[in-house]
Amino acid sequence: MAVGQINWFKFSSPATFYPLAGKLIPYFTALAVVLTVVGLYLGFFVAPTDYKQGEGYRIIFIHVPAAWMSMLIYIVMAAYAGMGLVFNTRLSSLMASALAPTGALFTFLALWTGALWGKPMWGAWWVWDARLTSELILLFLYIGFMSLKAAIDDPRRAAPASGLLAIIGVINVPIIYKSVEWWNTLHQGATIKSSGTSMETTMLTAMLVMTFAMWMYTVAVVLTRVRCEILEAERDTEWVAAELSKSS
Amino acid sequence: MNWGSAGEFFAMGGYAFYVWGSFGVTALFLLVEVIMVVHRKRTIVQRLGRRMRMQAEVKQ
Repeated sequence: MAVGQINWFKFSSPATFYPLAGKLIPYFTALAVVLTVVGLYLGFFVAPTDYKQGEGYRIIFIHVPAAWMSMLIYIVMAAYAGMGLVFNTRLSSLMASALAPTGALFTFLALWTGALWGKPMWGAWWVWDARLTSELILLFLYIGFMSLKAAIDDPRRAAPASGLLAIIGVINVPIIYKSVEWWNTLHQGATIKSSGTSMETTMLTAMLVMTFAMWMYTVAVVLTRVRCEILEAERDTEWVAAELSKSS
Repeated sequence: MNWGSAGEFFAMGGYAFYVWGSFGVTALFLLVEVIMVVHRKRTIVQRLGRRMRMQAEVKQ
């Protein structure tokens, strides 16, 4: 057996991952805080006023990062759910559960900030166009995943059922991403394309820094949440007993 | 520098409601999520710790 394989499965064991996650959380938290401060500074004080949308465009510095995170988290969640189905590793389905609430939150925030941006620029809080509707479906997929998992008492049955839902739902992510190309829409096209970007450099930098801030935030929160999931799933094991007597 | 004064900054060129409505709600929700998840962790550790001590007493 290859050495790499042994290590890989070692970290997929909840008993090994629990303390590792605990050690990593402070670093991701610190990164999230620093990047947020830098990102907000760049977004409000360095990035210039937009010639068309005035100061209203500054919503972009949370709208786009939140929308990206909503899709990224879904893909990661579905990947963990898939690993859980194929390899039956305990940690994978716990990771999928831990990712879902934060993914749903970012989806909601993308829709919320989108509404607050749409009203002054388009004159409507909401339109039933492809981009907005597919993002709303993403929110329902997250909620469906969490509800299905919560509705089935036995975790060994809940994980595959909700995992399958998560995997099938992945089809929605490229639809969201490509919706502005495939359909006529009120929503503006992609800001960053493979051919380059239509954005001013400082605006783009602020947006990317905010994206990394939200990314680090997500890692910190999800690692904390997966520690909760691990403790609950493994509560009758000896290592949890040892862990609890250490912390009390 | 984009702003002549603090008042100008908070006015956001007339878009104050939309810009602060976006940033404010985002900050609030992320903060609430952090508080909830930290609280959940603490509750679980307390609950499982109590459960463990009870089981230890039963065994004796």
